[in-house]
Amino acid sequence: MALKMVKGSIDRMFDKNLQDLVRGIRNHKEDEAKYISQCIDEIKQELKQDNIAVKANAVCKLTYLQMLGYDISWAAFNIIEVMSASKFTFKRIGYLAASQSFHEGTDVIMLTTNQIRKDLSSPSQYDTGVALTGLSCFVTPDLARDLANDIMTLMSHTKPYIRKKAVLIMYKVFLKYPESLRPAFPRLKEKLEDPDPGVQSAAVNVICELARRNPKNYLSLAPLFFKLMTSSTNNWVLIKIIKLFGALTPLEPRLGKKLIEPLTNLIHSTSAMSLLYECVNTVIAVLISLSSGMPNHSASIQLCVQKLRILIEDSDQNLKYLGLLAMSKILKTHPKSVQSHKDLILQCLDDKDESIRLRALDLLYGMVSKKNLMEIVKKLMTHVDKAEGTTYRDELLTKIIDICSQSNYQHITNFEWYISILVELTRLEGTRHGHLIAAQMLDVAIRVKAIRKFAVSQMSTLLDNAHLVASSTQRNGICEVLYAATWICGEFSEHLQEPQHTLEAMLRPKVTTLPGHIQAVYVQNVVKLYASILQQKEQAAETEAAQAVTQLMIDRLPQFVQSADLEVQERASCILQLVKHVQKLQAKAVPVAEEVSALFAGELNPVAPKAQKKVPVPEGLDLDAWINEPLSDSESEDEKPKAMFHEEEQRQAKHRLPEVDEEELARRREARKQEQANNPFYIKSSPSPQKRYQDSPGVEHIPVVQIDLSVPLKVPGLPLSDQYVRLEEERRHRQRLEKDKRRKKRRDKEKKGKRRHGSLPTESDEDIAPAQQVDIVTEEMPENALPSDEDDKDPNDPYRALDIDLDKPLADSEKLPVQKHRNAENSKSPEKEDVPVVEKKSKKPKKKEKKHKEKEREKEKKKEKERKGEDLDFWLSTTPPPAAVPAPKDEVVEPRREAQDEEDEDQDQEKKPSKHKKKHKKEKEERPKDKKRSRKKLLGSEEAPGEPVQNGALEEGPLPPMSSYSLLAENSYIKMTYGIQGSLQDSQVTVSIILENLSGSVLKSMELSVLDSLNTRMARPEGSSVHDGVPVPFQLPPGVSNEAQFVFTVQSIVMAQKLKGTLSFIAKDDEGATHEKLDFKLHFSCSSYLTTTPCYSDAFAKLLESGDLSMSSIRVDGISMSFQNLLTKICFHHHFSVVERVDSCASMYSRSIQGHHICLLVKKGENSVSVDGKCSDATLLSNVLEEMKATLATC
Amino acid sequence: MIQAILVFNNHGKPRLVRFYQHFPEEIQQQIVRETFHLVLKRDDNICNFLEGGSLIGGSDYKLIYRHYATLYFVFCVDSSESELGILDLIQVFVETLDKCFENVCELDLIFHMDKGGLSAAPARAVSAVKNINLPEIPRNINIGDLNIKVPNLSQFV
Repeated sequence: MALKMVKGSIDRMFDKNLQDLVRGIRNHKEDEAKYISQCIDEIKQELKQDNIAVKANAVCKLTYLQMLGYDISWAAFNIIEVMSASKFTFKRIGYLAASQSFHEGTDVIMLTTNQIRKDLSSPSQYDTGVALTGLSCFVTPDLARDLANDIMTLMSHTKPYIRKKAVLIMYKVFLKYPESLRPAFPRLKEKLEDPDPGVQSAAVNVICELARRNPKNYLSLAPLFFKLMTSSTNNWVLIKIIKLFGALTPLEPRLGKKLIEPLTNLIHSTSAMSLLYECVNTVIAVLISLSSGMPNHSASIQLCVQKLRILIEDSDQNLKYLGLLAMSKILKTHPKSVQSHKDLILQCLDDKDESIRLRALDLLYGMVSKKNLMEIVKKLMTHVDKAEGTTYRDELLTKIIDICSQSNYQHITNFEWYISILVELTRLEGTRHGHLIAAQMLDVAIRVKAIRKFAVSQMSTLLDNAHLVASSTQRNGICEVLYAATWICGEFSEHLQEPQHTLEAMLRPKVTTLPGHIQAVYVQNVVKLYASILQQKEQAAETEAAQAVTQLMIDRLPQFVQSADLEVQERASCILQLVKHVQKLQAKAVPVAEEVSALFAGELNPVAPKAQKKVPVPEGLDLDAWINEPLSDSESEDEKPKAMFHEEEQRQAKHRLPEVDEEELARRREARKQEQANNPFYIKSSPSPQKRYQDSPGVEHIPVVQIDLSVPLKVPGLPLSDQYVRLEEERRHRQRLEKDKRRKKRRDKEKKGKRRHGSLPTESDEDIAPAQQVDIVTEEMPENALPSDEDDKDPNDPYRALDIDLDKPLADSEKLPVQKHRNAENSKSPEKEDVPVVEKKSKKPKKKEKKHKEKEREKEKKKEKERKGEDLDFWLSTTPPPAAVPAPKDEVVEPRREAQDEEDEDQDQEKKPSKHKKKHKKEKEERPKDKKRSRKKLLGSEEAPGEPVQNGALEEGPLPPMSSYSLLAENSYIKMTYGIQGSLQDSQVTVSIILENLSGSVLKSMELSVLDSLNTRMARPEGSSVHDGVPVPFQLPPGVSNEAQFVFTVQSIVMAQKLKGTLSFIAKDDEGATHEKLDFKLHFSCSSYLTTTPCYSDAFAKLLESGDLSMSSIRVDGISMSFQNLLTKICFHHHFSVVERVDSCASMYSRSIQGHHICLLVKKGENSVSVDGKCSDATLLSNVLEEMKATLATC
Repeated sequence: MIQAILVFNNHGKPRLVRFYQHFPEEIQQQIVRETFHLVLKRDDNICNFLEGGSLIGGSDYKLIYRHYATLYFVFCVDSSESELGILDLIQVFVETLDKCFENVCELDLIFHMDKGGLSAAPARAVSAVKNINLPEIPRNINIGDLNIKVPNLSQFV
C-alpha cells in the first residue's frame, strides 16, 4: 500500500496539471484538436489510477476541456469519485465538474444521492456549501425528492452562508419536485424576515421567481411584500419586489391603487436609475391594470413619461434604450401622452445605435394618426435613403408598410400618396421585401376602387421601366413588384391611357429573364390587355389596328412558349392558339372583341372567403332588403347582384363568371365614371357595432384631387410622394370649408350604419376625411369564434407544475419525504427487506453520528402519531400523483438518507420484528406519509447500481418491495441472511451476510468457515490455511445486527454453486458463555455472477450482430403481473438492465463477472412471457434462464 | 434569473462559460459563438442590451454585456432581472476578479480556472452583490459611476 502511494506520487510528478494543459493548448495553436485528444487519452490513463489526487487533477483538466466544448460525459463516474473525496479541494473540483457536465440524462447521477446527503450534513460549512452549489446545477426529480427534506433542514442552519444557499436551491427543488412546494413554503416565507440580509434577499428572489410564473397564488403575500418594500433599503430586493408587484397588479387592481403612492415617492426620491426604471415600469403596469382614464392618475402618467423622457434624453445609450422600451408600454394604453414626445422619438431614429433605432421604430407604429402619417413616413423615407446596411433598411421598409397598412389603412387619407410611396420603395436596392410591396400594391389597387386609375398609370410606368427594376435587382426580390404591376395593368386595363404601349412593354424579350411565376402572370395579363385593346379598336372600327395588335401577339408570344417554366409554357401555348384563332376570324372580318373580352369579364372583389363564411347572419337582418335607397345610378350598379357575390365566394378568387354579359360590361363602364365617388360595395355585417364604417360622406361631397399626372408618369424614378403632402394640405383646407355642410349629411349616414371601417379615431382625425374610400372586408372572425388564448400555455412548461395554491393550510399528508426504509411501505412481505446494493463504497466509516438526526426523527414521530388516523384515510383513497410530477425514474440505490451503516442495521432490524420495536414502530408510522411517492418508490427501488434510466420510465402499478437478501440459516441465537454481488474485477463475488442476534446473549468470536470447492474459494487473510475460518470483525450485543462481507473467488461461473459452511460463535450471557455453531449452505446462483451493466442500444445491436452468441429461450405462462413490474423484477433479481423497451417487448443486457455478455429479448403475451436469450456461453445462458423461469413463475 | 454567464476574449475564445441550465456541449459552443458574433459587431459606445432571441430561450431573454480590454462579459438573463442591475453586477464581478487576482487579466482567467475563486466566482459575485446593502457600496447601483474601466487590465493578444 505504502509502495503504491509512493508510486502514485512519483507518477504525479509527470502528470500535467491544468496550467500545463492550458499552456500546451496555447502552444499548439495549429493542431489544437490533436493535442487535446492526446491530452484526453492521458487523462483517461490518469483516471484509472487509484490515487485520488491524480483523479482530481484529471477531472479538473476535463472541466476546462468541457468549457472548450468537449464532451466529458464518459467521465461521469470518475467525477463522482472525486466528489466523494474527503479533502475539500478535491471535492470542490468534483462538484464543479458535476455542475458543468451532469444533467438529467446522466445515468450515474443517481449514485450521488448518498454522497450529497453526506456532504449536506457535513460539519464543515464549505462542504455543505459546495454540495448545495453543485446540486443546484444538476438536481433531478429524484434527487429533489430524496434531498428536499435535507435541504429544508439546512434552511434553518446556524450559518447564514448555508441558509442563503439552501433557500436559493429550494427554487430548483420546487421546479423538479413540485410536491415539495407546499410543505416547504411556510419556512421559505419565514426567511423573508431573516435577520441576515443575504438570506432575506435570497428568499425574496426565490418567491419572486415563483410568483412571476404563477402570480395569483402569491397574492396573499402582497401585504408582506408591501411592508418589505416600504422598509427595505436594499435596492436589489426592492427591484425584485417592485417587479413582482408588476406581475401581481393585473390580477388585483386594488393593489395597484395602493402601490401608486409609495412608488411615486420612490420615483421622486431614489437616485438609483435602475430602481427608478423599475418603479416606472411597475407604475405603468398598474396604470394599465386600472381602468384607464381615471383623472387622478393622469399625474402619474405624466410623471412616468417625464422620467422616461429624461432617460431617453440621457447620453447613456443603455438608459435611452430602456426609456424607449418602457415608453412603448405606455403607448398601448395612453398613446396621447407618448405622442407629445414625437420629436424625441423621431430624433432617436437618427441614433447611431441600431437597437435604439429599432425601438424608436416600434414606438412610431403606435404614434401615427391621420394627421401626421405623411410627415412621419416622409421622415422614414429619408432614413431609408440614408440607411447603410440592408437589414436596417429592410426593417425600415417593413415598418413603413406596417405603419401605413395598420388597421385597414386607417390612417391613410390619400391613397395616391401611398401608391407613390410604394413605387418609390421599389427603387430600394437589395431589399428582400419585394413581395411585401407587391402585396400592398395589389391590395390597395383591388380594395380602393377610386385609386385604380392612378394605380394603373403608375404601374404601367413601372412596367415601362421594368428593365430598371429587373436589371439592377435580378438577384433579389424587388422584381416581385412587377408581378403586381403586370396584374394591375392587365386586370384594370380599361384605365390604361396607352394600352398599346403597355402591351408592347409587357411583350419585351427582356421579360423572359424574370422568374417563372412572374412571367406566367405576364402572359396571362397580356391577353387581358389584348382583349381590351381589341375591343377598343373594334368599337372604333379600326380593323387594321386590331389586326396589327393580333399580329404583335403572334410575333411575340412564341418567346414564352419556349420558356423553361412549365406554367409559362402552358399558358403561352394556349393563348397563342387562341390568338391564332382570333386572327383567322379577323381575317374573315368577324367581330371577335366581345367574345375575347368575355373571357375576362366580371370583377374581382376582395373577399376573404373563410371569414365571410363564418360570419353569422345577425337576427333581423334581411340581406335582400335595401339598406339605403339608391342615391344614384352608380350606387345601384355597384350594389350588384348578391348572387354573384356568393358565387365568387364559393369559387376561388380568380374565378370569372361567364354569365356576366355585355350589359354588365356596359354598366361597369358607366360605373367607372363615378369611380371617384366610390361607394363601399360591401356592407359588412360586422358583428361588433363599434367597427362600422366611418366618415362616409355623400357621393357628391367626396373631394376629388386633381393631380398633374404627367409628373409621375414621365419621370418614374423621381420621388413624387412629397407633392402629395402639399396637396394634402390644400385638400384638408378645402375640406374644412365644406365641413359644416357635410356634417349634417354625415349624421344621416351614420344613422344608417354605413360607415367606413376603422377603429375609434381621435378627435382631430375625424376632421380629416379620406380622399379615397377603402372597400375593405377584413378577414375578421365572427363573434362566435372565440379567441384561443387558452392554448397559450405550453403543457411542457416546467413552471406549470408549480401552480399550486399556497394559501390552503398544509394538509398533514403534505410532507417532504423523510428518510426511511423503503420496504416499510408494504407490509405484505415484512420478512423481506432491501439492502442497498452499492453499499461497498460508502461503507467505510462506522460512526454513530446520527444522534442529532435521531432527535429529529423523534420529533417527527410525535407529529406523525397525531395524524396517523387521517393519513390512513388518505392512504385508502390513494390519489394518483398529479400529472405534473415528472415521470419517476428508477431510484436505483438511493432512497436512503444516510450513507452510514446504521441503515444496514436498521434494515436488519426490520427483518426481525420482534426486536427493536422502537425503530420498527417508527418505520410503520412513516408509511402513510409515504403514500404519495410510494408508487414511484416501490417500483425499481432496489435496482442495482448503474441501471439505465429507462428502467422505470413508465410504470403501471405498485410492486411489492424486493430484496436481494435471502435467508441463509437461523437458530435461536442468530439469523443469517445473505446477498451476493459480483464485481467486474478478478472474477470475484462478494457475499454480504447480515447477522442478527436474536438472543439475549452477546455473541462474540464469530467465525465463518466455508468448505471451498475446486471452483469456488473463499478469500482468506494471508497466511491462513484453507481450513481456517474467517473471523467476523464485530460482536453482536443482544438484538443488534450487522453485516459482514466475504469475498469469494470463482473459476467457472457457468454453473450454479453451493458451498457448505459453518458459523461458530460464543454466546455469552449472565450465566456464562457457550460455544454454538450454525451450519449453512451458500447458494451461488448464476444470476449472482451477473453485474448490472448499462448498455446502449447501438452497442447492443452490434453485439447481437457479431453472431458468436448461442441462443436459448424459455416461456412462462400464467403471468398476471404488469410488464413494467416484470422487467423490474428481472432487473433486480437477475441484474439485468433494460436496453430498450417498445410496448410489451424489451431488450435487456447484463454482463457476467468474467465478461460474458447476456442479451435478452423479453416479450409479454396475453398471460405469458417469453424470454429469448443470447450469450457467449450456452451453459451459463441456460442456467440463467432456468433461474429466471423460477422467478417469473412466482409472478 | 441568470441563465448563463459567458466570458470570452476578442477572438471569441471562451474563457469562462457557465450555464445554469443544461445544454449539450455543441450547443453551448454554438451559443458562445453566436453571442460573440452578436457582440462583436457592436461599437463600444452603443447600448449594452441585446435581445437574445433564439439563442437561449426565446424573447423573454436578454443578453447584457460589457466589454473590458480584451474580454467580453456576457450575462444572459430573463425578464425578472433588472437590466441596469445586471450591468452593475458585471462591474462588481470584474472588480471581484480584480481583487482576487490583483490586476486581473485574461491570462488569470485561463490559468486559474481551478482557483477557488474562479469556478464559483460568478455565483459568488452574484451573491456578494445581492447581499450588499446599498448604503455600504452606494455606487454599485448608481449607473453614473459605472463607466470606470477596471484599471490595469493588461492587454493580451
